[in-house]
Amino acid sequence: MLKVEGAAKTFNPDSVNEVQALRGIDFKVEAGEFVTVIGSNGAGKSTFLNSVAGTFMLSGGSISIAGKDMTKWPEHKRAANLGRVFQDPLLGTCGSLSIEQNMALALKRGKRRGLGLGVKARDRKLFQAQLETLGLGLENRLADKVGLLSGGQRQALTMLMATMTRPDILLLDEHTAALDPKTGRKILDITDAVVRRDSLTTLMVTHNMNQAINMGDRLIMFHQGTIILDISGKEKKGLQVEDLLERFYTLRGEDVATDRMLFS
Amino acid sequence: MISLYAFMGAIEQGTAFGLMVLGVYLTFRVLDFPDLTVDGSLPLGAAVSAVAISNGYHPLVGMGIAVCAGFIAGAITGILNTKFKILHLLASILTMISLYSINIRIMGRPNMTLLGADTLIDQFIELSGLAPHFSTPILFALISGAALLALIWFLKTSFGLAMLATGDNPEMITSLGVNRDMMIIFGVGLSNGMVALSGALVAQNQGAADVNMGIGTIIAGLASVIIGETLFGKPNVTRAMLAALLGSIVYRIAIALALGVRLGDFAFTPSDLNLVTAALVVVALVSPQIKSGLLKRRAA
Repeated sequence: MLKVEGAAKTFNPDSVNEVQALRGIDFKVEAGEFVTVIGSNGAGKSTFLNSVAGTFMLSGGSISIAGKDMTKWPEHKRAANLGRVFQDPLLGTCGSLSIEQNMALALKRGKRRGLGLGVKARDRKLFQAQLETLGLGLENRLADKVGLLSGGQRQALTMLMATMTRPDILLLDEHTAALDPKTGRKILDITDAVVRRDSLTTLMVTHNMNQAINMGDRLIMFHQGTIILDISGKEKKGLQVEDLLERFYTLRGEDVATDRMLFS
Repeated sequence: MISLYAFMGAIEQGTAFGLMVLGVYLTFRVLDFPDLTVDGSLPLGAAVSAVAISNGYHPLVGMGIAVCAGFIAGAITGILNTKFKILHLLASILTMISLYSINIRIMGRPNMTLLGADTLIDQFIELSGLAPHFSTPILFALISGAALLALIWFLKTSFGLAMLATGDNPEMITSLGVNRDMMIIFGVGLSNGMVALSGALVAQNQGAADVNMGIGTIIAGLASVIIGETLFGKPNVTRAMLAALLGSIVYRIAIALALGVRLGDFAFTPSDLNLVTAALVVVALVSPQIKSGLLKRRAA
C-alpha cells in the first residue's frame, strides 16, 4: 500500500542550520497493516509522516501510495488517498463551522466540490449514524459549532472525518498527545475500533511506548533519520517496554561513544 | 437630524458601496486575507463601465465587463500571494498601485464624465416612473440585495463551504484535498469582482469615474463591516453578511450626520471623512482589548 524508497529530507541545505531529518528510508507497508512509529524528539518520525502526506517534497527518493508514484504530488492532491489526524485537536476541524459542515467537507475528500448544496439532507442521516459510534452524544448536535466542543470531542470528530471516505492510508501524528490521559485513551479506543473495522492501513506516531507496543501489528523505531528497529508478528506481541528501553539505551550509549570519539 | 432627502441619499450610497462591503467581508472575514486591492478595483470598475457606457454599450454589459476586470485584478493579487509567496498585504498594495496607472490608461485620462450617457439609473427611472431620489436607492438596494442572496447561496454550496474552511483552517482543508491556493485566488478575485461592480454603480450614480475615487475604500469597507457586526451581530455567516450590508447603510448615514455637525466655526468637510473613518476603525479594533483589560483589572 505504501512503498518508500531511499527517502531523504534535508532542511535548510547548504546552511549552518542544515538538518538531515531523513537519511535514506526504505520502508514498505502492506494493505491493512497497522504500524506504530516511535522515536525520540528529532528522530524523524513526524518528518517521515509529513513527507508521506506531502506537506513538503523529499530531497531524494520516492514515495508511492496504492501503486501510484506520488513523490511529486502536492499535498492537496495526495489527500484524496490519505486520512490525517494531527496532534493539535484544533487543526483537524474548523471551529467556526458546524459539526455537519465539517463532516460534509470531509465527505468530499478528493472529490470535485461543485455548486450543489454543501450539507444535504440525506447526508445528515449518515453523519448521525457515524457520530453515534463515538458514544459522545454528538449525534444530537449536528448544527452546533465545532468551536464549542472540547479538545477530545474535536479529536474524535477528526478521527471520523479522517476515516469516513476510507482512505488508502491513515496517518496519525501523536493524535492523543495533547489530550488528558482519560480522553486520550478514549480516542485510542476509537482509533483501534475504526482501524480494525475498516482494516485501514495505518501509521501512528506516538511518544508513548506502551501505546506503541499495545496497538497495531508492527512497530518501527526512528533514530537520527533512519529506521533502526522494525518489529512485527509474534515478536511484536511479546514485546515489553523494557526491551524497547534497552534498545534506546544501547543507542544512546553509542551516541555518547561517538561524541567522545569526536571531541577527544 | 437629517432630511428624508439626505436619508435616501445615504441608502443609495450605502447599497451602492454595499457590494464593496460584501467583497471586503469575503476577503477579511471569510478568507482572512487583508486585501487592499479594493482601493484600485473600485475605480477600475468605474473606469471600465464608464468607457463601455460612453461607447454606447448597454450599462449592464459595461457592469459585466467591470466584474470580470475586478475579478482579474483580485486574482492577480491572489497569484502574487500564493504562487510568488509575497505577503498578502504587499501583494494587494502592488496590484492597487498598478491599477492607478491602468485605470488612467483605460479612460485615457484621470477622469471621465457620464453626463448625458444612458446609465442604468436613467433606464430604471424611466422604467419605474419614480422620482430619482426614490428610484435610485431602490435600484441599488435590489442589486446589492441580489448580490447578498447570491453570496449566501454560494457559501452554502460544497465549493463555498471549502472557501469558508480555507480562511478558518488552511491545514485542515488542504488535508481534505482542497487546493488552498486556488481557493484564495478565486476568493480574492470574486471579492474584487463585487468591488468593481460597486465602482460601476457609484460611477453611474455620481455621473463620473475618477482615478482617485478609490482612496480609502478599504477603510470605509472595514468600518461598515465592523459597524454591522457591532449593531446586528454575527451568529452565523448569513447573518454576518446581512449585517455587513446594513452596516454599510448605517455608515453612510453616520457620515451624512457627521457632515451636518457644526461646532462654532468648525464643520467637517468631505475630505475629513478618511480621518474620521480611520479613527472609527481604530476605536472598533481597540475597544475589545480595552474592555477585556478593564474587566481583568476589576477582577484583580
